[in-house]
Amino acid sequence: MQFWIIQGLNSLSLGGLLFLLSSGFSLIFGLMRLANLTHGAFFMLGTYFGATALRSYDGLNIWVTALGAGIAVAAIGGLFERLVLTRLKTNPLGQVLVTLGMSFIISDACLLLWGGDSIPVPTPQNLQSPTRVLGFVFPTYRLVLVGCAVGAAIVLYFLLERTRLGAMIRAGVDDRQMARAVGIPVSNLFTLVFCLGAGIAGAGGVLGGPILSAYPGLDADMLPLALIVVILGGIGSLLGAFIGSFIIGFIYTYGTALFPELAYIILFLPMIFVIAFRPQGLFGRVGA
Amino acid sequence: MKWIAAALLAALLVLLPFFAGDFYINLASQILIAAIFALSLNLLVGYGGMTSLGHASYLGVAAYISALLTSRYGWGHGPAAVISISGTTAMAAFFGVIALRATGLGFLMITLALSQVLWGLAYRMSNVTNGDNGIAGLTRPMPFGISLDSAASFYWFALVVTLVGFLMMTIFASSAFGSSLKGVRDQPRRMAALGFNPWMIRWITFIYAGFWGGTSGLLYVYYNKYIHPTSLSTTSSAEALLGVIAGGSGTLSGPVVGAALVLLLKNYASAYIERWNMLLGLVFLFIVLVMPTGIVPGLRKLATGLCRGSR
Repeated sequence: MQFWIIQGLNSLSLGGLLFLLSSGFSLIFGLMRLANLTHGAFFMLGTYFGATALRSYDGLNIWVTALGAGIAVAAIGGLFERLVLTRLKTNPLGQVLVTLGMSFIISDACLLLWGGDSIPVPTPQNLQSPTRVLGFVFPTYRLVLVGCAVGAAIVLYFLLERTRLGAMIRAGVDDRQMARAVGIPVSNLFTLVFCLGAGIAGAGGVLGGPILSAYPGLDADMLPLALIVVILGGIGSLLGAFIGSFIIGFIYTYGTALFPELAYIILFLPMIFVIAFRPQGLFGRVGA
Repeated sequence: MKWIAAALLAALLVLLPFFAGDFYINLASQILIAAIFALSLNLLVGYGGMTSLGHASYLGVAAYISALLTSRYGWGHGPAAVISISGTTAMAAFFGVIALRATGLGFLMITLALSQVLWGLAYRMSNVTNGDNGIAGLTRPMPFGISLDSAASFYWFALVVTLVGFLMMTIFASSAFGSSLKGVRDQPRRMAALGFNPWMIRWITFIYAGFWGGTSGLLYVYYNKYIHPTSLSTTSSAEALLGVIAGGSGTLSGPVVGAALVLLLKNYASAYIERWNMLLGLVFLFIVLVMPTGIVPGLRKLATGLCRGSR
C-alpha cells in the first residue's frame, strides 16, 4: 500500500514538473505554430542555474532562485526569438531546425561549463522533513511541487482567460491575420509568449532540480516527455497540457517502478491510442 | 559534357582505393554510408515534404537487429541481414501509420518522440542491448566468400550498395509515382480531388525510405563492427537532416554532397575540438539563415548566372 501511495505522489510531482515544461511548449506552439525543440534545453539550463546558485549560496530561497533562473532563461529565449526566429517568419521548417540547432548549442555549452558529472540540487531545508498524512509518510518537497504546478496552472488560466493580454493571445492563436488586422501587435506577443514559455520551463527546471538533479542529457530526457504530453493533450491547449502531464506522470512513474525496462514502450502506448482515435489530441481542436 | 563528367566521376569512385591511403578509403566508405542514409531521408523531406526528425531509428534498429542476431544468437550474416532489413521495413510501416496521422510539425514531433523512445530503449534495456556499453566485437559479412575486412574491399562493397541505392531512389523519385508524391507535397487537396490517395502515397514513401534507412544501418554496423545507442539519438537524425538541407532537399545529388560535407566537418572538427554538438548547432543556424535552399541549388543558380554572364 505504501508503495502505491508513494509512487502516486511521485507521479503527481513528475506530472507537475511536466506541466511546467509542456505548458510553455504548448502555448508557444499554439500562438506561433512553432515546435520549440529548445524547450528541453531551457529546462536544463534552469536546473543548472538553480544548482549553481543553491550550492554556492547556503540558505538561498529556492523560490527566489526559481524566479531568477526563470527570468534569466526567459531573457535568453527572448534574445533567441528576436535575433533568429523573427527572421524566419515565412519558413516554419527553418524555425524548427534553428530551435534544434539552438538546443544542441545550449546542451553542449552546459556540458562545457558544468562538466559531465551530475550535480545534485539540495532540497530546501524547511521542506526536508517528511509530512505525515493519514499515517503515511510523504516527502514534503514533492507535495509542495504539486501545489506549485497547480498554482501555475491557475495563474496561467487566469492570464489567458481573464486578462486583456490573454484575450490578445487567444485572438492570435485563433486567427493571426485577423488579430493583426484589428491592431494587436502579434510580433510583440510572439516574443512575450516565447519569453513566458522559456521562463516557465527555466523556473520548472530549478524546482525539478532537487528531484532530478542537473546532468547532461536532462534535456534529451525531458523533451520527449513534453512532446508526448503535448501530442496526447492536444497542441495549444492548456487544459490538455495539464491533464496530459499528469497522465504521463503516472504512466511513466508506475511504468518505471513496475517494468523498468519497458517504461519507454508503456509511455508511448497512450500516445499511439490517442493519435489513432483522436489525432488532434484529447483537448485539441481540429486542425491544430 | 554531362556524360563525360559522370564517367570521370565513376572512374574516380571505382579507382579510389588504388591511389588513396586506408584513412581516406575509410573516410570515403563512411561518406557512402552517410550518403545513402541522407538520400533515404531526402525521399521524405525533399520529395514528400515530410520532415522527419527520427530517421536515425531505421539506421539504428537495422544495425541493432543485425548485431544482436549475429553476435548473440550466432546467426549467419545472410539471414540476419534479411531479418534486419525486413524488420526495419515493417517497423517503418508501423511508425508510418502512427506518424502520418499528422502532417507538418505534428509529423515532425511524432517522429521525434518515436525515435527518442527507441533511443531510450537502447539505453535502458541493457540486458538486451548492452546499454551504454554498446555491442562490440561484431564481424563483417563475407558475400560470395570475399572478405570485407580490408578498407578497399569494404569500400567497393559499400560503393556497389550505394550505387544501387542511388539508382533505385532516383528511379523512385523520377517515376510517375515520384511525380504524384511531389504533387501530394505541394497540393494534397488537389491530388485528392484528382483521385489520388495522399495518405497511401505518403505511407509507401515512408516505408521505402525506412527500407533504405535500414540498408544504410546495415552498412553502418558492418563498417564500425560496433553499435551504440548514440546512433539512434536525435543528434544522429539531425546530422542526416542537416546534410539533406545543407546539400539541397528535393534534389538528387544534394543530399550526397550535404552528407559528405557534414561527415568531413565532423571528422576534421573532432580532430581539433571536442565540441561537435555545438558546432553542429551553429552550422544548423548558419545553413538555415544564410543558405536556406542548400548548397547544390545555390551553386546551380550561381553557375547559370555565370553562363548567362559570359554569353
